[in-house]
Order: sequence, then C-alpha cells, then structure tokens
Amino acid sequence: MKNILAFLCISIFMFSSCSSEDENITITLNFTHNWDGTPITNQDFDTLKFTNKNGEKISIEKLRYLISNISLLGLKNYHLINFTENSGTSFNISNLTNGTYTLSFRFGFSDEDNIDGVYQDLNSVSFNVPGMLGGGYHYMQFDGKYIDNKYEEAGFNYHSIRAVDRTYPDNLKFEDTSFEVNLGTVTISNNTEIEVKVNLAEWFKNPNTWDLNELNTVLMPNFEAQKTMSANGKGVFSLGEVSQ
Amino acid sequence: MKKIHLFFLFCFLLMNCASNEEEVYTPIPYNLEIPTLFAAKLIAPIVPANNLLTEEGVALGKKLFFDRILSGDGSQSCASCHNPKKAFTDQQQFSAGIQGEFGKRNAMPLFNLAWNFDERFAWDGKEFGLEEQALEPVSNPIEMHADWKKVTQRIQQHPTYPNLFLQAFGTSKIDSIIITKAIAQFERTLISGNSKFDQFLRKEATLTPEEQNGFDVFMDEAKGDCFHCHGSNNNPLWTDNKFHNNGLDATFKDLGFGNVTGDPNDNGKFKSPSIRNLAFTAPYMHDGRFSTLEEVINHYSEGLKKSATIDPLMKNIDKGGVQLSTQDKTDLKAFLLALSDNDFINNPTFQQ
Repeated sequence: MKNILAFLCISIFMFSSCSSEDENITITLNFTHNWDGTPITNQDFDTLKFTNKNGEKISIEKLRYLISNISLLGLKNYHLINFTENSGTSFNISNLTNGTYTLSFRFGFSDEDNIDGVYQDLNSVSFNVPGMLGGGYHYMQFDGKYIDNKYEEAGFNYHSIRAVDRTYPDNLKFEDTSFEVNLGTVTISNNTEIEVKVNLAEWFKNPNTWDLNELNTVLMPNFEAQKTMSANGKGVFSLGEVSQ
Repeated sequence: MKKIHLFFLFCFLLMNCASNEEEVYTPIPYNLEIPTLFAAKLIAPIVPANNLLTEEGVALGKKLFFDRILSGDGSQSCASCHNPKKAFTDQQQFSAGIQGEFGKRNAMPLFNLAWNFDERFAWDGKEFGLEEQALEPVSNPIEMHADWKKVTQRIQQHPTYPNLFLQAFGTSKIDSIIITKAIAQFERTLISGNSKFDQFLRKEATLTPEEQNGFDVFMDEAKGDCFHCHGSNNNPLWTDNKFHNNGLDATFKDLGFGNVTGDPNDNGKFKSPSIRNLAFTAPYMHDGRFSTLEEVINHYSEGLKKSATIDPLMKNIDKGGVQLSTQDKTDLKAFLLALSDNDFINNPTFQQ
C-alpha cells in the first residue's frame, strides 16, 4: 500500500512539474518595419525619404493597423499596432508548451468580428469607421505626404477598411478585404522572440503599382481602391528572425 | 495577583489602540457618475492610484477651485477663467491675469478630462497629468502670479482648510502637491455627457433633418471628414486628444506642441479640442481667432493655409479645404450645436 501511495505521489509531482515547465514558455512577437529592406523607426517619420514603385517621394506621418485572430492566442483576439507612437509593436503570448506552431493572423477584422462600436479600446482611440460606410473599424490608417505631378507636397490617407460599394446608399454592398497572413511554422522549445517583418513599400507595389496622384485621399468609400489595398497588403508581412 | 495586573494592563492597551483608531478619519470614496454611453463605448477613465477620488477630496478641490486665495493678490481663482456657466472657459480670446496682462492662448474648457488617456493637457500638451497641470497657472506671472510658498502658508493658516485637508488626505500639513491633488479630484468630476446628441444616441431624442445631415457631413470622408480627429457616435469624447496642425497659418508665431517636444515636425500643432459645448466656448482655436462657428467651418472649407507640418488629413489644401456647400455648412453647425450640454453648465454641483 505504502509503495502504491509513494508511486502515486511521485507520479503526480513529476507530472505537475513537467506541465508547469511546458506552460511557462512565452513568445514575443516583434513587428519591425522596413522599406524594401531598409529598417524604419518612427524617427524616420515626417521626412520625404522613401520612394514608392511609381516613383513618388513619400513621407510617413502616421501609421497604425490592426491584426486579429493571432493563431497562438485562440480564435477571438485583436491587437492594435501604433507605429507612430511605437506602442503595440511588441507583445507577448504566454503559457505555451513546446511544439511546432503555425504562425498566422488576420490583417484587420473579418466581417464576423468587425462589429460596430463594441471594442472599447478601439473606440477610445477613434479607430472607427463611419456608419454610412457600414461601421466597424479601420484595418489601417497610413497617413503621409508625397510629391505630386506638379512637384508640390500633398497629403495621402491610405486608410484600409472593409470595401463598401455605396452606389445605392440604402443598400450597401460589402466585400471583406481583411486577409489572413500565414507566416509558416515555428518550432518552440524555449522562450522565443519572433520577428514579423513589415515591408511598407509593398502597400504601393505588388501586384498593383499604386499611383498617389490618382489615389491619395477619400479612399475609405472607394470600393475598388479598398480591394487593391487588400491585394497589395498580402506581400507586406513576412517571417523574420526567430531566436530562442 | 500578578496575572490580574497583567490582564488589566492588556485591557488598557487594547482600549488605547481602539481610541487611536477612532481618531483617524477615513474619507468616503467618491463614485464618478459615468454616462451610460461613456461606460458602453470607452475604456475606464484615468484616476491615478495615488489620488483616488473621495467625497472630501472632491469637495475640497471644488472649494479651492473657486477660492481667490490661490492668486498672488487674492483677486482671481481658477474659476475666473474657467466659469462653469461657460463650460469652464471665459469667452475671452485671451484671459487677463491678476495684473491685467494677457497670455497668447485661449482658456480651454474643462470637462471629461479623466478620459484624456495620454494625459497631456493644455493646448500644447506641456502638462502631464491633471495634478501637474494645476500647478502651473498659480505661479504663472501672467496668470495668477502667486508664490506657491505663500499660497501654501495662507491656506495652512486658514481657519477651515487644515481640517478639510486632514479629512481628505489624512494630514493637515499642506503643500502644493496635495492642493493640486484636490483640485484635480474636482476636475475629474466635471463630466459632460447629456447633450441632445447623447440623448439621440440613447434613443431619447430625434434629430432634425438639418442636424442629421450635419452629422453626415461630419462623418463623411468626402465632405467634412471631421471624425478622424473629433470622435464620433462611437467616441463620445468628440476629440482624439492628439496634436494636429489644422492649417491655420503658413508660418508660426506660436510653435505649440513643437515647443514642447523640440521636434520641428511638431511645430504649429495644437490639441484637437472636444467639439462638445461649442455653444458656450467661443471664441475658437488655440488663439481664439475665430469668434463664430461659421468662421471655424469656413476655415476648414476654404481657409486652410499650407505649411510643412500641416496634417495630411487636411484635404484640398490648394483649394483651401473641403469646399462644403452653404447648406452643408449650415447643417454642420446645427449638428455641432446639438452637442451642447445645458445640464452640464447648469449642474448645481459644479457651481460655486
């Protein structure tokens, strides 16, 4: 009897000890930004130092974007990355166990999650989309300036939302322009830092060369522009360094 | 026998402890009355852990806010420039200090300050936190022009203040820190959330067609595009509390936020104020240059001036702005006035 009890106690101890060690693994996701490989920090803002594929010199003045459904966090989650203020660019996912994981997330909200006004933290930072465009939330606010065809500085508001066709304002038609970003698999055995590279030049580049002289402001109600943004966004994110 | 002595000694000590505890006054926690829309739409207001609101602290802060004892010559209080009947502003372009000197900025209205999540206060964001903000006007030579040491002495020697501080903060030793803590507590209670538009959102009122069209102009990126900086039906603060250059000037006499950060890219940027209670807060802009809402709307419609730091959200700068029709301008004004909260300016709790 004594032997059985001792065996049970030791087994329980070993089991709990193993599982707590496994569950203590933390992953840190670091979103780093670059322009075709040249690293960017928010100190690079406000200067016309980048050139897009169409040849326009541009500056970045404000950039914040939303990701959701991060694979390691379960189904319902979202995260706002505010590159302007350097907040949310790095965050932890804790209580993971050893293993190989698929790392994916959604850029923006899927229609299912894009529910008007329900996210208090996003309302508080005015990330909403007007009701006349179907409500919900921005996927991205990317504001800056560019040199236009007249060699003058002009503003652009590359704001990404769910595409909405307002041909008939009483019968809006929507297209979910959020998209999944699949960065592939990562094997984790210890606390791990994972870099997610964000190439901002891609927004203007691939597969559609973006012409800021044509598409600069008032893009939220522009159905076709939203679809083009979505297509170009798919090349923006890639897996960077994974360090354990 | 010894045991009996020990027993009595123990009882005496116990009684003594109990009577000391009774002398320590515990202030009553103050519950902020958060409007239902704020509770539903926004994250919790900012209340610092080292200055939690209490009934006594708020009452003391109110007394101080209206007391001229804070000024150098006893002629002005905070309320001299922040009148509750005018949404806590004074309807002057610039406010006169105790010696009749004028500043270069318009007195800001005071409401919903606990929801300034970045905690940068003043037009240029130079003050971090409400407590810190309250320090500055008292000693500013062109405002209340007082010496904090003397102010503290006056309040310390006052017949009633020391006891009020004892009740609110557990000490009757007064300094500028707890004075401003009390004022900040009062300021956090100044909540405005019952305009006609709030009632409309709560389904307790209906908008006129003009007000509805004005709201649509406000929210339409192709028209007013005001919502990117000034909130929406989902952000009842009606401000982002951020700093923008909204195209007032081609060159800057006042650098604003740039003077605070030292970054030339911030020159000419000022805080976007809430558009609540505009009916009571004229004149408008950081320098009070516009006397009427028509002038404000005309500025965004056709009066923008280009400069290096103008916000990219300002559209059609070459044409001067968003080019609203006369009808849209009138309706936009009607919507803005629907954000007037008469209950706030008449709230007896906020009056002297």
